[in-house]
Amino acid sequence: MGNIVELKNIGMIYHSLNGEIIALENINLSVEEGEFVSIVGPSGCGKSTLLSLISGLLKPTFGEVLINGKEVNGTSNEVGYMLQKDHLFDWRTIYENVILGLEITGTLNAGTKEKVLKLLDTYGLYEFKDKYPSQLSGGMRQRAALIRTLATDPKILLLDEAFSALDYQTRLAVNEDIYSIIKKENKTAILVTHDIAESISMADRVVVLTKRPGTIKNIHEIKLTCKKRTPLCSREAPEFRHYFNQIWKELDVHV
Amino acid sequence: MFKINRKKVNDKQTALQEISPEHREFLRKVKLRKTIILSTQLLILILFFVVWEVAGDLKLIDAFITSQPSRMVKTLINLYNEGSLFYHIGITCLETVIGFTIGTVFGIVIAIILWWSSFLAKVIEPYLVVLNSLPKIALGPVFIVWIGAGPASIIVMALTVSLVVTILEVLNGFLSVDQEKIKLVKTFGANRLQILTKVVLPASFPTMISSLKINVGLSWVGVIVGEFLVSKGGLGYLIVYGGQVFQLDLVMASVLVLAIAAALMYQGVVYLEKLLVRDNSQK
Ligand SMILES: Nc1ncnc2c1ncn2[C@@H]1O[C@H](COP(=O)(O)OP(=O)(O)O)[C@@H](O)[C@H]1O
Ligand SMILES: [Mg+2]
Repeated sequence: MGNIVELKNIGMIYHSLNGEIIALENINLSVEEGEFVSIVGPSGCGKSTLLSLISGLLKPTFGEVLINGKEVNGTSNEVGYMLQKDHLFDWRTIYENVILGLEITGTLNAGTKEKVLKLLDTYGLYEFKDKYPSQLSGGMRQRAALIRTLATDPKILLLDEAFSALDYQTRLAVNEDIYSIIKKENKTAILVTHDIAESISMADRVVVLTKRPGTIKNIHEIKLTCKKRTPLCSREAPEFRHYFNQIWKELDVHV
Repeated sequence: MFKINRKKVNDKQTALQEISPEHREFLRKVKLRKTIILSTQLLILILFFVVWEVAGDLKLIDAFITSQPSRMVKTLINLYNEGSLFYHIGITCLETVIGFTIGTVFGIVIAIILWWSSFLAKVIEPYLVVLNSLPKIALGPVFIVWIGAGPASIIVMALTVSLVVTILEVLNGFLSVDQEKIKLVKTFGANRLQILTKVVLPASFPTMISSLKINVGLSWVGVIVGEFLVSKGGLGYLIVYGGQVFQLDLVMASVLVLAIAAALMYQGVVYLEKLLVRDNSQK
């Protein structure tokens, strides 16, 4: 399997009236197809910026972003982005929300409509398709947001603290839920989080960033002895604590 | 229609059977309170008119200057018999509706243009601020000279009063749409027109409706002042004419009709809002 995402010597500088902010510096990272990579780092270290660069929303100041070997130039259907909140539009029904991406990319047709309905059905939202977002629970809303992202059939999913708006119990359940969907749909995923446990429980590799300007401090290959790799099961693996402590130390959290 | 209604009634009845006596007692109290408030409001209104009438009869007040409910009714009946009552009401209402509709539509269109071009918005900002603080009524004579002493001037007057506020309000609404929602559609590759139609407009719909509500009130001001100046027809004309010939009955009766018409039109917009803005937070 080849590298689906490649970041080569990425640097990113923001300009504002207060001066320049060097958000990212010298980032080199490759992600294999089907891999699940987590990125952790102190807040403001450039995690969201990194995802925006991969998605093509921003252009890097230095270096290049390659997807399937081609340089990224603007957003594409290859990449799906999940933001911190579900941002379901409350003036649209769940179905209308889920087809938003298809509408915008002009790919709404009988085939894609059917695919969306199938996704809704597979992931237990079919009977809610004509309801409005406020009528759904937090977990179901997050699932609807994922289906909205999957509808345009991206190969790569970017999740920017996608679960941090949920309460702890729901979050564990949604982790489990979203993880199994991503694996089942065979997607490559890059998850940004500030929750160390979450990052380990879901990922094949955890990338630790330094504080601003963000550089890669370390990359951990996560190898856990689990019968079947799921986030909940991962949390019970004997090696889990070991990874947790190491990443915790690297993040160098002071209060 | 009927079926749906019946179903609703049935739902309510089953709901009633399930609720506890305490809750029923609570609901009864809420309802009682509502009834008391409404009847007090009605009582105040009736009392006001009765006292006014009686005070006039007892010569406690000079009915020539303050008028009297019975004299106002008489005046209205006279106007009605002459066939001019609904003519004047009609003119004023029509001018108001046209004025605030055009004001709202133009205001929203201009707000969209300014949202589209932040350069233009920045350039125009100081002018808008000055125009917003200018009492638009001052432009009345200018419009009459330019457009002529007729309904057109009055309508322009009404729309001028509401236009700038609408632009500012609606533009503000557009600019306060959650940036993350815009980022979301951008991740799908949305262009500026799609950002406008998929996010900004629907998200600002409540703002637009509420500016409509403000505009109704403002347009009444514009229309009445316009009619004062033009003096050809409408409730504003009746008021100013009544004042000039010292017929306070006519003035008061017209003010009363004006109050009722304005209230009805406002309720109309509130009703429209209910129809258009789905309350999705319910249920
Ligand atoms: N549009 C912008 N203009 C200027 N500075 C920005 C902009 N976006 C982000 N930054 C700055 O860049 C740094 C990294 O931001 P971000 O990627 O959002 O961090 P994280 O997601 O890790 O919290 C922050 O210090 C932030 O203030
Ligand atoms: Mg962030």
